[in-house]
Amino acid sequence: MAAGSTYTPIATTTLGSSSTDVEFNTISSAYTDLVLVIDGKDTTSTYSPYIQFNGDTTTNYSITNLYSTGSAAASSRSSSTSTPYLGSLGTSRGNMIIQIQNYANTTTYKTALVRINAADFRTYASVVLWRKSPEAINRVNIKMEASGNFATGSTFTLYGIAAA
Amino acid sequence: MANTYTLIEAKTLGSAVAIVTFSSIPSTYADLLMKISTRGSVSGASLGYYYDVTFNGTSANRSGKYLEGTGSVANGSTYTLWGVNSPSDFTADTFSNGELYIPNYSSAAYKSAQLDSVNENNATASRAVFSVGLWSDTAAINSITLTMGGGNFVTNSTFYLYGISNS
Repeated sequence: MAAGSTYTPIATTTLGSSSTDVEFNTISSAYTDLVLVIDGKDTTSTYSPYIQFNGDTTTNYSITNLYSTGSAAASSRSSSTSTPYLGSLGTSRGNMIIQIQNYANTTTYKTALVRINAADFRTYASVVLWRKSPEAINRVNIKMEASGNFATGSTFTLYGIAAA
Repeated sequence: MANTYTLIEAKTLGSAVAIVTFSSIPSTYADLLMKISTRGSVSGASLGYYYDVTFNGTSANRSGKYLEGTGSVANGSTYTLWGVNSPSDFTADTFSNGELYIPNYSSAAYKSAQLDSVNENNATASRAVFSVGLWSDTAAINSITLTMGGGNFVTNSTFYLYGISNS
């Protein structure tokens, strides 16, 4: 395996108190892809986090989820939404891995592959589409629905992956 | 530039074994990633289609869920962390592949892990599985064990464990 110059931590945050919004901004366009790794828990699984790019609060997002409740497989979808809900991390401990390919190009819409793993709630495999007039992603927010919170001690790490 | 994606240990099986263990894993990384390629010595009907994953030599305090596609149905159910293996009755020389990710493996919090795995077969049956496992223990993970559901992992099955740093 080559040295890690192709898999570079951009920023990492550990929550010192519960939070409804974690932001990575001024993201360099020097990489090819982004990977965001979240490990933690929610204060309630009633509410779901959602992703937002470049502060866009309009209905430019759509999402398709495939998930297991622990007793059945199911799929859901939401289009033309401002809040593409990803699914809760649960209240015990869960993780979420988000892969954003070709995030810095200015010619195509952006998609993200999302895996969410909450053993006490659900496991998800999802895709998010962001259809804003193509621009490089330089800011990513993971926000919580309504009055939910990411719990203290949750960690958020953003990596950049370089193709060369 | 810092090396943030580091090979800790590679295993290529020279003979068939039922259990593969990575031990004495250092706590110097943020996350762990394992790349897995396996085939089994017994058929799917003899439980050769899966392997279990445990940490620190214990099967206590584990829970999980999974999402599975078989080529004909999608299932969601409850089980601990597991992956699919290519059993002996699958197309010759085909191996499963899987990726295990464990964030914050050395923290004092409970450990949540993801294992995505697939097998393929030139016949009607195959599987793709998204599995999540929670180990409700505050100890740092210092060993990872993969145990076949039945039979052995065959020769040339491979397991690569990487450490990922976040700084």
